[in-house]
Amino acid sequence: MHEMSLAESVVQIAEETARNHGGSRVSVVLLEIGRLAGVEIEALRFCFDAASRESLAAGARLVIEQPDGQAWCMPCGGTVTLSSLADPCPRCGSHQLQVTGGNELKVREVEIH
Amino acid sequence: MCTTCGCGTDHVHIDGVGHPLARADLAPLTGGEQFAAVVATDSTGHMGVHAHGTPASRIIQVERDLLAANDSWARLNRERFDAAATLCLNLVSSPGSGKTSLLVRTVAQIAARRPVGVIEGDQQTSNDADRIRATGVAAVQVNTGKGCHLEAPMVAKALDRLPLAPGGVLFIENVGNLVCPALFDLGEAHKVAILSVTEGEDKPLKYPDMFRAADLVLLNKVDLLPFLDFDVDLCEANARRINPGVEVLRVSARSGEGFDAWLQWIEERASLLLPATATTGDEAVS
Repeated sequence: MHEMSLAESVVQIAEETARNHGGSRVSVVLLEIGRLAGVEIEALRFCFDAASRESLAAGARLVIEQPDGQAWCMPCGGTVTLSSLADPCPRCGSHQLQVTGGNELKVREVEIH
Repeated sequence: MCTTCGCGTDHVHIDGVGHPLARADLAPLTGGEQFAAVVATDSTGHMGVHAHGTPASRIIQVERDLLAANDSWARLNRERFDAAATLCLNLVSSPGSGKTSLLVRTVAQIAARRPVGVIEGDQQTSNDADRIRATGVAAVQVNTGKGCHLEAPMVAKALDRLPLAPGGVLFIENVGNLVCPALFDLGEAHKVAILSVTEGEDKPLKYPDMFRAADLVLLNKVDLLPFLDFDVDLCEANARRINPGVEVLRVSARSGEGFDAWLQWIEERASLLLPATATTGDEAVS
């Protein structure tokens, strides 16, 4: 349940952003959470609701972009899309994969009032 | 704190002493966070998601990593390990894999050659640290309360109570959990995943994040193999499906089988930092 730690970070970043820019309330937080980042999106939303209570981000809407997992397949010599770390290369079935994308865990934007 | 599962990181105890770790404590280290310029008030069409903006609203571009605070503490921890030429290993596993028994046997053997210290992470009790201390090796217990994993600032606070002697080995026994600890860098040189043969061969497939994050898998309790249907080769193959470069060693904390290879794995890495002095255990961190 590391989503709680992540949600606390989201709230902290959102509050800092609001304070640093003279805002009194956060209405939207745009997150980028890659599909290989090991995060349960529903758990993160739930935790955010709990963690943001009585903060400047209380009631804020979470908008979550989920970039696909990407990996470099050594046998294929090319980039392929992955939906899970346990998946083989969709082209050749190999597991010789180097993950190159889909690990993102970021706050991209915060909308303040 | 999470109101359903109770998970949270706000009630950490280190050797029984409370250390409130509010998120604010984790913040100020990086100095690298940058706030981009304020973007215009009309958010229509911005990233295609903020079409509701009111005239008074502003969108601030932030681009901050959620793990930035943890990672900045991890960097500081790593600098402390480097300064002390200390090899730090982060031991991760599910509960009941035999982590602590394995650690007790390991530190008892290493302490004759090198300074050894242990940071024990559990939600509650100091049982594990007590077991380590019974071997004469220094241990600090971190109780995470409701937290399901160790985070780098907890390790930093524990290190304040555990002086690092040059050329030593520091083991961090993470909270028993094959999910969350995968994400949190503590400053370790390597994550070591421990999987016991009383679990399933498919565990690497079920918990791929952890097995991808690990550099070494210790397959523990192999003394029980005659009584089980566990397919060791299949388990190793599953681990390599997730992480083609991972090393796997078969060990038994009970019988000591496979320990020579495990101790050699540690020594090879520790000696790169500082060759062993091969003395008594008196130099163990205390």
